[in-house]
Amino acid sequence: MLVEIKNLRIGFESRTGLTEAVRGVSLTLGTEKLGIVGESGSGKSLTARALMKLLPKQARIAADTLAFDGIDILTADERRMRQIRGRRAGFILQDPKYSLNPVKTIGSQVAEAWRTHKGGSRREAMEAAIALLEQVKIRDPRAVATSYPHEVSGGMGQRVMIAMMLAPDPELLIADEPTSALDATVQAEILRLIEELVSERGMGLLLISHDLPLVSHFCDRVAVMYAGRVMEELKASELLSARHPYTKGLIDCMPSLSHPRARLPVLTRDPEWLA
Amino acid sequence: MTRRIKSFSAMLGSVILTLLGLTVITFLIGRVMPVDPVIAAVGDNAPEDVIVRVRAEMGLDQPLPVQFLHYLGQLAHGDLGMSVLTKNPVTQDIARVFPATFELATAALLLAALIGIPLGVWAAVRQGSLTDQAIRVVCLAGHSVPVFMLALISLLVFYSALGIAPGPGRQDIIYDGMIDPVTGILTIDTLLAGDLDAFRDALAHMAQPVVILAYFSMAYIARMTRAFMIDALKGEFVITARAKGLSLSTVIWGHAFPTVAVQLVTVLALTYAGLLEGAVVTETVFSWPGIGQYLTASLMNADMNPVIGATLLIGIIYVGLNLVADLLYRLLDPRVQ
Ligand SMILES: Nc1ncnc2c1ncn2[C@@H]1O[C@H](COP(=O)(O)OP(=O)(O)OP(=O)(O)O)[C@@H](O)[C@H]1O
Ligand SMILES: [Mg+2]
Repeated sequence: MLVEIKNLRIGFESRTGLTEAVRGVSLTLGTEKLGIVGESGSGKSLTARALMKLLPKQARIAADTLAFDGIDILTADERRMRQIRGRRAGFILQDPKYSLNPVKTIGSQVAEAWRTHKGGSRREAMEAAIALLEQVKIRDPRAVATSYPHEVSGGMGQRVMIAMMLAPDPELLIADEPTSALDATVQAEILRLIEELVSERGMGLLLISHDLPLVSHFCDRVAVMYAGRVMEELKASELLSARHPYTKGLIDCMPSLSHPRARLPVLTRDPEWLA
Repeated sequence: MTRRIKSFSAMLGSVILTLLGLTVITFLIGRVMPVDPVIAAVGDNAPEDVIVRVRAEMGLDQPLPVQFLHYLGQLAHGDLGMSVLTKNPVTQDIARVFPATFELATAALLLAALIGIPLGVWAAVRQGSLTDQAIRVVCLAGHSVPVFMLALISLLVFYSALGIAPGPGRQDIIYDGMIDPVTGILTIDTLLAGDLDAFRDALAHMAQPVVILAYFSMAYIARMTRAFMIDALKGEFVITARAKGLSLSTVIWGHAFPTVAVQLVTVLALTYAGLLEGAVVTETVFSWPGIGQYLTASLMNADMNPVIGATLLIGIIYVGLNLVADLLYRLLDPRVQ
């Protein structure tokens, strides 16, 4: 099993005490595509970051199991984690406008990812970076390599991000809302790219998204999160016919082009789900 | 291209305007001072006809606008007038005293940056820790204790009580006049002369004023670096850098630091300008024969040509350093075009 999470809890210390943001999440992931959906603040990003041990400093974390390919993340030190981060698991963030370094060229950022894990000279790394940029279907990769992040579009930025994270051939790709900062047309292209690369390379994928139809179309399995818990886990193809009232509520709240409604219903939350 | 030329000429225009304004103000202040430069030059009890003659010689009997135009005319020829006190042309005096200040300020800035920047980065990385608190206290002290007090305490302890520091001035009297003033920068001139003892003596004389000036500037540089870095480390690109599997030091120095370099350049330029001009107090306490001491002595004697000249020089330094910072800004930050 690539990822094994059992009873993951993440809290934040404050003057009023400990607030738990993730309250007992359990998930497993092999070489497959797992989607995580759920409303804002339900703990999706925290769960993903915990897997890379990249939580904010103030976060308190506990779990029965938190393992990547059998390696215990909770006890792994920084050196151990650096052999996982980038090399074995890539992490794509939401908005390339903020997640790429603004003062370094695109080429040098991709080359750095390659060279950190594969070694070699700067020249070799740059050549590899250009080849990677080509793989993510960037036209004229040489020109793009010498430009800065602010000089390219959001879609292009996200392609760069994907190239950078795939540089050392990881086994797992975590993508935290990789398309929500992009235009609708570009979204589809980027997702298709991710899907292609993931199945080509036989990788595991953890895709976090707000977009239920997209996840149901794209993933093998879906976990629905609410208030720091997994409400239900189901086959992606069954998502749109889900039985859990929360999932049904989420689906019902989506605006639809084929059946437009004057008012969208408000999501009702049963206090019992929090128990 | 034309846009670059346009922005360059706009910059040049504003520089010229700034310097012109500075000249007008210093000139006016020099003329409205409640001290009569003529009396200061010839003495209180000079006969009336001498006073009138000297006033005419100095051009001070003319109306102010005429005096100013005359001064500007001289200035255009690189002439800052004569100093009554030293009987030398002001440009010659400045060429002699400025290197002393330059040496002091440059050494202080290098030391301050070399210590202040890593200290600020360290404090930011360990924000809230005991290290951070300790650095904060050290910086607070450096920033709140007046320089003259530090200077006096230092002289008292290291020179008077312990006797391990050399006395005031730039060099021991035995080296006086022995070193050819090629650059006017003593540490370089002594090396050029191949006189290692004189070089060591010059370094020893610099130690106290440099450390005190550097401490003060270091405190400011460290505080600003810390603030910039705390902001930078919150960036999403830092998460990306860590997710790539980079070491913590690469994340800090290779990713976060370059994004604050631009802001730091401005801080360093301001600090340097402040050091070049603000060394007045330190120079006085340590009898350092630099521009600060020259300015003070001239001011005390109502010798206005040196005062205006030195002020103008400081103004040019300020404007020049701002210009350099601006150019570096464009160079270091790809987002500025
Ligand atoms: N540094 C922090 N300090 C305190 N609380 C935090 C911190 N980071 C996150 N949280 C809390 O943890 C909860 C879960 O956050 P998380 O980012 O995982 O949500 P999410 O499901 O990814 O939401 P979104 O869809 O908006 O990205 C939120 O309610 C948030 O307020
Ligand atoms: Mg999130």
